[in-house]
Amino acid sequence: MNVEWYIVLSALLFTTGAVGILVRRSPMVILLCLELMLNAGNLALVAFSRMVGNQQGQVFAIVVMVIAACEVVVGLGLIVALFRRKLPLNVDDLRELRG
Amino acid sequence: MEAVLFFGAAIGALGGAIGVVAMRNPFYSVLALIVHLFSLAVLFLLLTSAFVAAAQVVVYAGAVMVLYVFVVAYVGGGGESAWEPIPGQRFLAPALALALFIELSIAVLSSALLALGTHGPDVPAGFGDPAAIGRLMLEKFLIPFEASSILLLLAAVGAIVLAGRKREGEAA
Amino acid sequence: MTATSWAWLVLLLPLLGSIFIGLGFRVLPAKVAGVIGTAAIGLAFLCGIGALLCLLGEDAEARHHASSLWDYASVAGLNIKLGIYVDPLSVFMVLVVTGVSTLIHLYSYGYMQSDQGYHRFFSYLNFFVFSMLLLVLAGNFVLLIVGWAFVGFASYALVSFWYRRTTATRAGMKAFVINVVGDIGLTLAAFLIFRELGTFDYGEVFAKAPQVFHTNQWSATAICLLLLVGAFAKSAQLPFHTWLPDAMEGPTPVSSLIHAATMVTAGVYLIARTHTLFVLAPTAADIAAFVGLATLLVAGTIALVMTDLKRAIAYSTMSQIGYMIMGVSIGAYSAGMFHLMTHAFFKALLFMGAGSFISAMANKQNIDEMSGFGKAMRFTSITFICGGLALAAFPGTSGFFSKDEILAYAHARGGMYDIFQILGYFGALLTAVYTFRLIFRVLPGRPCKEAQELIDTGHLAHETPRNPATGEEEDTEVGFPGAEHHIAEQSPPMKIAMGVLAFLALFAGLIQVPGVDSVVTSFLEPVFADSPLAAIEPSVGAAWVGLGIGAAISLAGIGIAYWLYVLRPETPAALIRRLGPLHTFLANKWYFDELIDILIVRPALAIGRFANRVFERFVVDGLVTGTAETVRGSGGVVRAVQNGFVRSYALLLIAGFAGLALYFLLSSS
Repeated sequence: MNVEWYIVLSALLFTTGAVGILVRRSPMVILLCLELMLNAGNLALVAFSRMVGNQQGQVFAIVVMVIAACEVVVGLGLIVALFRRKLPLNVDDLRELRG
Repeated sequence: MEAVLFFGAAIGALGGAIGVVAMRNPFYSVLALIVHLFSLAVLFLLLTSAFVAAAQVVVYAGAVMVLYVFVVAYVGGGGESAWEPIPGQRFLAPALALALFIELSIAVLSSALLALGTHGPDVPAGFGDPAAIGRLMLEKFLIPFEASSILLLLAAVGAIVLAGRKREGEAA
Repeated sequence: MTATSWAWLVLLLPLLGSIFIGLGFRVLPAKVAGVIGTAAIGLAFLCGIGALLCLLGEDAEARHHASSLWDYASVAGLNIKLGIYVDPLSVFMVLVVTGVSTLIHLYSYGYMQSDQGYHRFFSYLNFFVFSMLLLVLAGNFVLLIVGWAFVGFASYALVSFWYRRTTATRAGMKAFVINVVGDIGLTLAAFLIFRELGTFDYGEVFAKAPQVFHTNQWSATAICLLLLVGAFAKSAQLPFHTWLPDAMEGPTPVSSLIHAATMVTAGVYLIARTHTLFVLAPTAADIAAFVGLATLLVAGTIALVMTDLKRAIAYSTMSQIGYMIMGVSIGAYSAGMFHLMTHAFFKALLFMGAGSFISAMANKQNIDEMSGFGKAMRFTSITFICGGLALAAFPGTSGFFSKDEILAYAHARGGMYDIFQILGYFGALLTAVYTFRLIFRVLPGRPCKEAQELIDTGHLAHETPRNPATGEEEDTEVGFPGAEHHIAEQSPPMKIAMGVLAFLALFAGLIQVPGVDSVVTSFLEPVFADSPLAAIEPSVGAAWVGLGIGAAISLAGIGIAYWLYVLRPETPAALIRRLGPLHTFLANKWYFDELIDILIVRPALAIGRFANRVFERFVVDGLVTGTAETVRGSGGVVRAVQNGFVRSYALLLIAGFAGLALYFLLSSS
C-alpha cells in the first residue's frame, strides 16, 4: 500500500477523535478520544518514517507514546480526584471560567 | 496479501474509533479503544516498525489501558443526558470534522510530495528492530529520551499527589 | 508734553482709579474711594485741557496726531496697533466726557454714600469712563470696537448694580444683549472696511475711502448701514431703543452719566467720526437722518404719558439723541456735536435733580405721587427748572442755541431736508410740553406727604424699601440701595455738581450764537473740512429767524403745559378718557417691546426648545448613545463566545484549524 493510504487513514482517525471530544461529555471518554488523536498522529509519524527510509519517526512515535502515557496518568488522577470530591463528572458542569 | 491485512487492520482501527466515540457506557469505550490499539499495532507491523508495534501493545494496550480499566471500574460512569446545552454543537462538530478530513485528504492526495505515492524505499533487514531504535535513542536522541523519562517521573508523582488520600482540612 | 502724551494720560488715569479702588475695596475707607474716583476723572479732565491747549497751539491743518503704544497684531496684511488718534473731535469728546463725569462722580460721592456697594460703584464708574475715553480716542477700528464693547459691559455692570433686584438684572441683560447686536453690526462694518480698504487705521481709511468707493457703491452703503446698526443700538434709536427705559433700573448717577451724557452719545460720535464714509454713501446717511427723526417723534410722544420720572427723562434723552443723529447725518456736524455737549449738561442735571426728588420720596419714582416739592426742596427745584428750560429750548439757554442750529442747517440744505426742520420744530414743541409737564406736576401744588415731612421736620421720609417698579419689599444690604437717602440740600458735593451744571445749562450756549461767535464750529472745522456738507452754512439772518421760531415754539409748549397742569388740572384726565386708545398705545411705548418679543424672542426660544427636545435628544443623544449601544451590543455578542463550555472552545479550535487548512489549500493551488 502506498504511504498515502496510511496518511488518509490517520486523518480519518484524527477527525473521529476530534468529533468524540466535541460531542461527549464524560471526561473519561474525552480522554479516550484524546488517545485516539494521539495514536492517529503516531500512525502518521511511522508512515512517514517508512516513506523517508530512516527510523527517526519511529523514535518519536515512542516518545509520543511516553507522553501520552504521562498525560493519561495525570488526567485519570484528575478524574479520580473529581470523583473523590463528589463533583459531577461532566465537563459542561465545570464551567466557572466564563465571561 | 498486504492489502487484505491493511484493510482489515484499517477497519478494525476505524471500528474501534467509532466505538470509542459512540458507546454510551465508558467501559465499552475502553474496550473499543483496546481493539483500536491492536489494529494500529498491525498497521505498524505492516510499516516494518516492529519495535513500535510491540511497544504499542505492551505499553499502550497493556499498561495504559489497564489503568483506564481500573479507573473506570472505580469511578463508574453512567450515561450522559441526551440534551445538548450548547446550541449547534451536535451539528457543527461532525460537519467541521468532516470538512477538516476532506481538506487533509486533498492536501495529501494532491500533494507535490511524490514520494507519498510510493511504498517507500527498500529498507535493510533490520529496519525497525529494537537494536536500531535503541541505537538511535541512545546516540542521536539521547536528550529526548532522558527528558521523557523525567516526564514520566513527574507524571507519576503528580498522579499520586492528585489522587492521594484526603489530607487534614481538605474538603471531602 | 505733546497732545498725544496728554491723551495717554487721560486714558491711564481712570483705568488706574478703577483698578486701585477695585482691588483695594477692603482696605480703603468709603470716602477715600470716592475721592480717588473723582480725582482720577478730574485729573483726566485737566489732562484733556492740556491736550486742548497743545492742539490750539498748532495750525488748524496740523491738528491731528496718531500715536501708538505697541503693535497689537501684525500678520498677513493685518497691521493693528494699540493706537490713539488725537484731533479736535476726540479732544472735544474727551473734555465733555471727563468734565461731565467729574461732576457726576462728585454727585455720586454724596448720593451713594449709604450704599453698601460704594467701592464697587466707583470702580465700575471709573472703568466706564476709561472705556468711553478709549472709544473716543481710538485710532483704529479695532480699538474702537474694544472700547465699544467695554462700554457695553460697563453699562451692564452699572445698570444691574443693585444686583439683588431681579428687575435690575433683567434690565442689565436686556441692555447688554441689544448692545451686542450693535456690536455685531460694528464688527461686520470693520470687516468690510478691511476687505475693501485693507486697513483699520482711521487716517488711512479716511484717506483711501474717497479713492476706492464711488458714491453710493453698495459696499460703502453696506459699511455705513452696519455702522448705523452699531450706532443705533448704542444710542437707543429705533428699533434698538427698548433697552434704554429699562436701564433706568440703575442708580441715578448711572442714568445721568451713561444714559444721558456719554454712552448714548457714542453713536453720534461714531457717525461724526466716519463722516467721510457717510458722505460717500448718501443713502445710508439719509436713512440715519430719518431714523433719528422717527426716534425723535416717537420718543417725544411716549414721554408725554410716562408717569415714572426717570423713564420720562430717558425718553427725552432718546428724543434729543434723535436730534443729534439727525444733525450729524444731514451734515450739521458741529451743530450736532454742540447739541451733544449742551444736552450732556442739562440732561445730566435733570437726572441729578430727579435723583434728589426720588431720594426725598424714599425711592419712589412715580410722578403721580409727587407734588409740592417746589417749597420743600428749593435748590433742587431751581436747578431742575434750569435744566428743564434748557431742554425745552427756552430762549437764551444752551439748548435753545444748539437745537435750533441743527434745524437751521436742515433748512439751509434745502429740498427734502426741510421736512427735518418742520418735524424738528414739532418735536421741539413736544419736548417743551413734556418737560414742563414733569416740572408742573412735581414742583408746584400742595405738598405730598413726603414733601410735607421735609418741610415740617427737615428730615427725609422713611418707608420700607421697595422696588419702585414692582413694589416688592427689599432690604438695604449690599445689592440693594442703601438705607439712607441723600438729597442735594443736605449734601454739599451734590449741590456743587448740580450748581455747576445749572450754570452751564443756562449759559453754555453763548459760545455759539449765530453771527456773534462760533467756538465749536471753528474748533471742529479741520475735522470735517473734507466733507462737502460742512460747507453749507445757514446765513445769519436765516439762523436768527430759526431762533425766533424756536423761541416761539418753546414758549408755546411751556404755555400749553402750564395750561394743562396748573390752570386746568382736570384736563389731562379728560383727555385720557377721550383719547383712551391713543393713550394706551403711547403708554405701552408704541408696543415695541411686544413686537420684539414676537419677532425675535419667541422664535429664538422656540428654536432653543426644538434644539433641546428634538435635535439634542434624537440626533446628538442618538449618536452618542447609539455608539455606546453598538459597542455594548457587539461586546455582548463577543461575550457569548466565552460561555465556559470547554467543548465549544474545542469546537472553535477545530473550526479555526479547518479554516486555516482551507486557506493554505486555496493559496497553494
